[in-house]
Amino acid sequence: MPQALASPGPARWGRLLAATVIACLLALAHASARAGDKPPAPVAVPDTLAQRLQPCLACHGAQGRASAQGYVPRIAGKPAGYLLHQLLNFRDGRRRHATMSHFLANQGDAYLAEMAAHFAGMDAPYPSPPAPPDNAATALARGALLAQQGDAGRQLPACQSCHGAALTGRQPAVPGLLGLPRDYLIAQLGAWQTGSRQALAPDCMATIARSLAPQDISAVALWLASQPVPTHPQAVAANDGLATLPWPAGLPCGSQPRSP
Amino acid sequence: MSPRRLLAAIALALLAWLLWPPQAAPEHPPDAAPTAAQIERGAYLARAGHCAGCHTARGQAPYAGGRGIATPFGTVYASNLTPEPDTGLGRWREPDFWRALHEGRSRDGHLLSPAFPTGNFSHIARDDARDLWAYLRSLQAVHRPNTPHSLPWPLGTQAALKLWRAAFFWPAPDTAQAPAPGTAGRGAYLVQGLGHCDACHAPRTMLGSVGSLATVHSGQAMPAEPWLAPSLASPLGDGQALGPAPQLHRFLKTGLSDQHAALGPMADVVAGSTQYLRDDDLQAMVAHLLTLNPQAAAAPTATAAPMPAAQLAEGERLYKQHCADCHGAQGQGAPGIYPPLRGSHVVQMPSPANLIRIITTGGFAPGTAGNPRPYGMPAFDLPHTELATLSTWLRQSWGHHATPVTEVDVLIRR
Repeated sequence: MPQALASPGPARWGRLLAATVIACLLALAHASARAGDKPPAPVAVPDTLAQRLQPCLACHGAQGRASAQGYVPRIAGKPAGYLLHQLLNFRDGRRRHATMSHFLANQGDAYLAEMAAHFAGMDAPYPSPPAPPDNAATALARGALLAQQGDAGRQLPACQSCHGAALTGRQPAVPGLLGLPRDYLIAQLGAWQTGSRQALAPDCMATIARSLAPQDISAVALWLASQPVPTHPQAVAANDGLATLPWPAGLPCGSQPRSP
Repeated sequence: MSPRRLLAAIALALLAWLLWPPQAAPEHPPDAAPTAAQIERGAYLARAGHCAGCHTARGQAPYAGGRGIATPFGTVYASNLTPEPDTGLGRWREPDFWRALHEGRSRDGHLLSPAFPTGNFSHIARDDARDLWAYLRSLQAVHRPNTPHSLPWPLGTQAALKLWRAAFFWPAPDTAQAPAPGTAGRGAYLVQGLGHCDACHAPRTMLGSVGSLATVHSGQAMPAEPWLAPSLASPLGDGQALGPAPQLHRFLKTGLSDQHAALGPMADVVAGSTQYLRDDDLQAMVAHLLTLNPQAAAAPTATAAPMPAAQLAEGERLYKQHCADCHGAQGQGAPGIYPPLRGSHVVQMPSPANLIRIITTGGFAPGTAGNPRPYGMPAFDLPHTELATLSTWLRQSWGHHATPVTEVDVLIRR
């Protein structure tokens, strides 16, 4: 009936609708009856960086902040430039950690930059730092002095002069030093001394680390690890003259463009 | 001649042959200037051969050598291939390079270590060798003296290499032209020659000689690495360990297929080599690889004692806790993102080495043009008992019948 098909009346519309609904229901029933011998539906996976980067969270924590007790450093809120340099260093062998190198060995620069930006953008609240041991007053005082004033006699700049007055880092590539486990800090300064951690040349941090005596490393790591982390531990701007002391003269850094 | 004298003469002749000094190649005239097209083809062939996989050290100048290749006999250091005259190939000419590929001899005549897969590269045709040479000459010259191999005496000596080669190496026929893309024989040429897939995937004897890719075996141990390179001829489960063809093609091109993610040494191969191959060459290689597995329908052979009920429940609990979020309650996975474990070749391989390795170290599929932002798997630092129980559960769930994994299996592989 070509005419009827071309313009069905109201009653025919109703019947057509009913027929369609019944057909759909039948198809559904048929499908569910067959579902028993069908493989289960694939897992639904969110297309997010957080999901892609699940392996990182296993050690660095869901909020990128790890724990102050162990070894693993916080990465949340560190400057993206710093994080990218570290990812490249691990991938290309300038910094050594078996798991990090294994994860990054075959990843491209663009993906590493995405990872860096992802963790740099996190703003994680921090628990109180671990209390330093009771008998550590002398070491704490020495650590505080090195971090805040340095040691001019040995041409050691204060940590604050590059890492920011609040030690929360400096854009684009100087990391914050708070919220890091003491063991991690000691290991990094030691690795710089032996050359198993390197930054882009000229490697300013290697120069500084090599001037540190073992008791200096222990003291400054103890003091840094015992400082509370500010509510928003974001890195200061590169040229924030108020929050940072002037960059130490004669200390060029390959990883950080010279700021005014 | 008395028999004793004859024997002495033979011994003397053998000694003379063993100790005869290497003969340097004659001086060849300078090479003709390479064309841009030759260099481009050579760059492609260098990818197909994954030359940089050994000849570039991590984070160092491309093709300047220095990477240590662990072998069961000691560490062999890849050489500097850049055109630097004193430490690289700057004084070499094209015939020298051809001889190195085809006969495994350096310019000064000494025999190259069999870690350099001469048995494969001997199959490379002259036109491809010419293009590869054009590419190597176009590289930036880097001064980096070669690192001496670290092999116990007498393994590194020329006499030892002569004996080894007398037993295990014959140069392939000298061919002028490689099979053209799209022609018959192209896949076998790439797999057996430049691709040197058998260097890892074929079984090796105790003396380091390489068998056939078509051998069904339980996985070839990677030297100094806790990975097994699976047999490419193994019939397993539904017989689709490698294929079907479009999936294997995608695996080589992107590092991921619906069934597999490339991890471990194969991730390096995909990232540095196969992802760059043209689709027609990949198709040819895949077609050849799939001919290695003629008994595709063979049933799994392992017959395992079923797990005790208590262990079964514990295995399921561990799976739900650690694995099910990504790999699915039924092991169905998210094909192309998280590989399915149900029916997985890796899960059911005769040896649990790769399964244990993957659980304990996790990892990312390689970042490739086709999959530039891979999803990753965390490393699971589980106690030995839990790892053994979980691995056994995986190997015996969803219709799998692989052998159980003991704590000892776990201990020796961590």
